[in-house]
Amino acid sequence: MEKKEGDRLIIDHTSYSTRLSRRFTSRKPYEPPVAGRIQSFIPGTVVELLVKTGDTVKEGDDVVILDAMKMKNRLKSHIEGKVVAVNVSSGDRVAKGAVLVEIA
Amino acid sequence: MSLEKKISELREKREKMLLGGGEEAIVKQKSMGKNTARERIMAILDAGSFNEYDMFVEHDARDFGMDKKILPGDGVVIGTGTIHGNPVAIFAQDFTVAGGSLGLMHSRKITKIMDYALNMRIPLIGINDSGGARIQEGVNSLAGYGEIFFRNTISSGVIPQISVILGPCAGGAVYSPALTDFVFVVDNISKMFITGPEVIKTVLGEEISMEALGGARVHCETSGNAHFFSSSEEECFNQIRRLISFIPGNNEMKAAVTETLPPEAGYEIEKIVPADPTLPYDVREVIRAVADNSDFFEIQEMFARNMVIGFGRLGGRTVGFVANQPLEMAGVLDVDSSDKAARFIRYCDAFSIPLVTFVDLPGYLPGVDQEHAGVIRHGAKVLYAYSEATVPKLTVILRKAYGGGYIAMSSRHLRADFVFAWPGAEIAVMGPEGAANIIFRREIASADDPGEMRRQKVEEYREKFANPYVAASRGYVDAVIEPSETRRLLLHGLEVSENKDVHRPWKKHGIPPF
Repeated sequence: MEKKEGDRLIIDHTSYSTRLSRRFTSRKPYEPPVAGRIQSFIPGTVVELLVKTGDTVKEGDDVVILDAMKMKNRLKSHIEGKVVAVNVSSGDRVAKGAVLVEIA
Repeated sequence: MSLEKKISELREKREKMLLGGGEEAIVKQKSMGKNTARERIMAILDAGSFNEYDMFVEHDARDFGMDKKILPGDGVVIGTGTIHGNPVAIFAQDFTVAGGSLGLMHSRKITKIMDYALNMRIPLIGINDSGGARIQEGVNSLAGYGEIFFRNTISSGVIPQISVILGPCAGGAVYSPALTDFVFVVDNISKMFITGPEVIKTVLGEEISMEALGGARVHCETSGNAHFFSSSEEECFNQIRRLISFIPGNNEMKAAVTETLPPEAGYEIEKIVPADPTLPYDVREVIRAVADNSDFFEIQEMFARNMVIGFGRLGGRTVGFVANQPLEMAGVLDVDSSDKAARFIRYCDAFSIPLVTFVDLPGYLPGVDQEHAGVIRHGAKVLYAYSEATVPKLTVILRKAYGGGYIAMSSRHLRADFVFAWPGAEIAVMGPEGAANIIFRREIASADDPGEMRRQKVEEYREKFANPYVAASRGYVDAVIEPSETRRLLLHGLEVSENKDVHRPWKKHGIPPF
């Protein structure tokens, strides 16, 4: 744990002088999920793209097949809309949380 | 054959066995900074007290060429001995023999000494240094691990179980240490993980070294899986002996009572805690200022530092100290600190060790990450553990005790036996700033000078509620005391609670928020 003297932590409008843990200072700010974003929920390899830019998709349509944990995972669209961006090609290795396809 | 000859034959056999995997393997073990299995046992136990059993055990595996392999002692050393004169059972995996791999007979030796420890009601110490399951022995290896885990669980809370990780401990094998009370690790020697760097790389494409994934430091700082960190095996062995000096041999005994030693001179207890509740200080100084000989044996020192736990003595009796640490994260309760405290409280309760709690916290840590990580169920563990505990519970409120944090930290309402508060204690639903902002929201908003009005109202609230006397007027606090009276009252409280006898309704077991 890294130490910085003189850090402050605010709780109930009171500012406390204290050390902050690395876990606290390096925490990621919360980002609300965006419905049209198809993201990898786990690191893996894109096996197949089932849509291309401009395609219309319905809710529940398969969009991408992601190979991860020895499983071919079918990622589905949560909304009805148009594919506005395809950010990966088949064979790409993707990190957790990568935005693969965007639907609007 | 004459008896003399038979004796010399035995000696020869023993000599051979004592070499384990042979001189070459021992040299290799040493080159990694590691002691051999028997050296480790000797270093932990009192000199000359070790007696080894099952030295001549052999495996009878036949497949994959195992029928031609001789594995001395089947890769594990078991026996009994003493620490500070108290009996303990011990096993040590011998990495020089087939990498300390666990086969059927290896596991039977371990379970034999585990059964012995439980039947005799003596502590069990397990030294782990093993490449894992002996693949050639297939499902028999898995059966062996299962038998060990079952015994760990059944022995939990009956006899102290101590795990020492002095080499690799990977895959399913990690669950034996995880089921025991205390895990000791040594820098650069201990490695613990469920899936190793290789598997993680192939499956997830993430690259990480063994040390960064499951080294001693990681388990002491980040995962919380280990309790004691050392830079060398020698330091680790001394820590184990020190731990044993604080705890009883089983759950029907009480820890040994030593002579009463006063705290070291030089601790000015009034000067440790700043009057301003927003200023930090090291709560361990308060513990040292009251403990016998100012001796505090901290547990999980590097994990969730906003909560301090460990053993010390008051009037010669072992107590478990639990304290919020204002120096770190203002001493808040969060997911990890709740886990840390709750498990220790349950340990102390299981082994009849009185709890002494020092309170100074602003409440729970706010944040999406905390809420999503389950601060509700983790925080509940502290309430559960304190409520469930029937050992003497003594609480000293040093300064802030706000809201849910006040309730959780061994309050009267969770059946603390004695609750003392220092005169600077603020026992309230929240700090004055937060409370004034809510209670006087309208007055502040409609004032000509809202800033001035807020200041006034904060002061008004502080005067009225930020003190120990409201709680004392309801009997929630037994006595408001001077800091210098703390040790005397804690010693007295322990003396009065010596024969505490509280019974709970019969149940098979509770359902704590694991």
